[in-house]
Amino acid sequence: MEADYAVIGGGVVGLSVAWGLLRRGRTVIVLDGDDGSFRASRGNFGLVWVQGKGANNPAYARWTRRSAAAWKQFSSELEAASGTSLCLQQDGGYDFFFDDEELQQTVAKYERLKAALGGDYPFEVLGHNALKKEEPGIGQDVIGAVLHHEDGHVNPLRLLRTLAAEVRRLGGTVRTGCEVTGVTRPDSFRLTCADGAVVEAGKVVLAAGLGAATLGPQLGFKAQVRPQRGQVLITEKLPGLMKRPSAIIRQVDEGGVQIGDSNEEVGFNDTTTLEVTARIAARAARVYPALARAKLVRSWAALRVMSPDGLPVYQQSTAMPGAYLVTCHSGITLAAAHALYLPEWLEGSEDAPDLAAFSEERFDVQAG
Amino acid sequence: MFRRVEQGGPDTCEVVFDGRKLALPRHTNLAASLLAAGIMSFRKTQVSGSPRGPYCMMGACFDCVVKIDGETRQACMETVRDGLMIEQVHGEAGFDE
Repeated sequence: MEADYAVIGGGVVGLSVAWGLLRRGRTVIVLDGDDGSFRASRGNFGLVWVQGKGANNPAYARWTRRSAAAWKQFSSELEAASGTSLCLQQDGGYDFFFDDEELQQTVAKYERLKAALGGDYPFEVLGHNALKKEEPGIGQDVIGAVLHHEDGHVNPLRLLRTLAAEVRRLGGTVRTGCEVTGVTRPDSFRLTCADGAVVEAGKVVLAAGLGAATLGPQLGFKAQVRPQRGQVLITEKLPGLMKRPSAIIRQVDEGGVQIGDSNEEVGFNDTTTLEVTARIAARAARVYPALARAKLVRSWAALRVMSPDGLPVYQQSTAMPGAYLVTCHSGITLAAAHALYLPEWLEGSEDAPDLAAFSEERFDVQAG
Repeated sequence: MFRRVEQGGPDTCEVVFDGRKLALPRHTNLAASLLAAGIMSFRKTQVSGSPRGPYCMMGACFDCVVKIDGETRQACMETVRDGLMIEQVHGEAGFDE
């Protein structure tokens, strides 16, 4: 056997799990795809985000918050070991509103969630004037914002690079250009790659993002994940324009302003469109009018990895025990939980997190 | 240092770069002509304030941005013409209200 664990997928999700397992003394081989793979880890928005997550599912809200709370420790460990700053900022984040009714609906939703969480859900509503004090660049049309104190952001590319380097430094193997095409379990797991390579491991973690849909059924998973396209813009480097990120606009540590948040169901198509980029740019300029004069440097699209209900999936295979499916659309936010807590679940230890709410059983068709 | 391979004719334009008057060959690439005039730092970065100049020369890297008439522009995408008022970008790009 070559390793205790083979992790299929070398994105932020797979590498976070691999790093956590190595840190726990396990041996790990990470098998990553190639440049033709759809890679959410290279195209995402970099939020460590709490607000809105699990509004109708307190278990997801709790898991998200647990990860957000662990992010500082996670990034400190990676930074101390690598000497690379991940530029984590967790000083709160906004959801902006142009319409009072929509604001009130969101507040009502968060109040219900807060009650379900025993009153612990630190958000506040800022009216236009209070928001203007925090963010002087805000436009007249913004009537207010929900400020959630647990929200933040990070440099996701530095995270990806640092995780890959630290996995290797801790003795893990990361094989790139290695698309896994077959998995059998004669005794230990035998993974066959498209290039003919064979890898043996005691356990398998399928963290291949959208690739899990193809490989999952071989391992006994439903693996119902679909692509959801998000288009993103980034401006030239600008002086400090905003204090905190939001789900639609954030200023990255290098100065560029990243603009995003579109959701399209267009299959495996990761091209950009003028219609959507124009719409998200106009919305961003309505929030921060000075952005209307900023130059855009680049636009791109990436595909979110979405389960049927949008929640993560953590499932051990019943057909092939020792194989685990790990997939989510919030790989950055959940990276800390995947690194620090998920290994306990994979190892079946006593203090494993209770992930029953995220099993695939929830997708079973109900009779009648 | 950069040296011009083709010696241009006498037809030059007067432009101003950060208050300094320069005579640059008409209709040539602005970034190339500024480099040939010995200007290596086109701007200072927003975050660390370190100097930057042209890198890709083809409109992709945005390292050569300068301010022309108050708007940030890529110098490598501009042509030398009379009366250009060029300023370095010091951290106020596009936002001189």
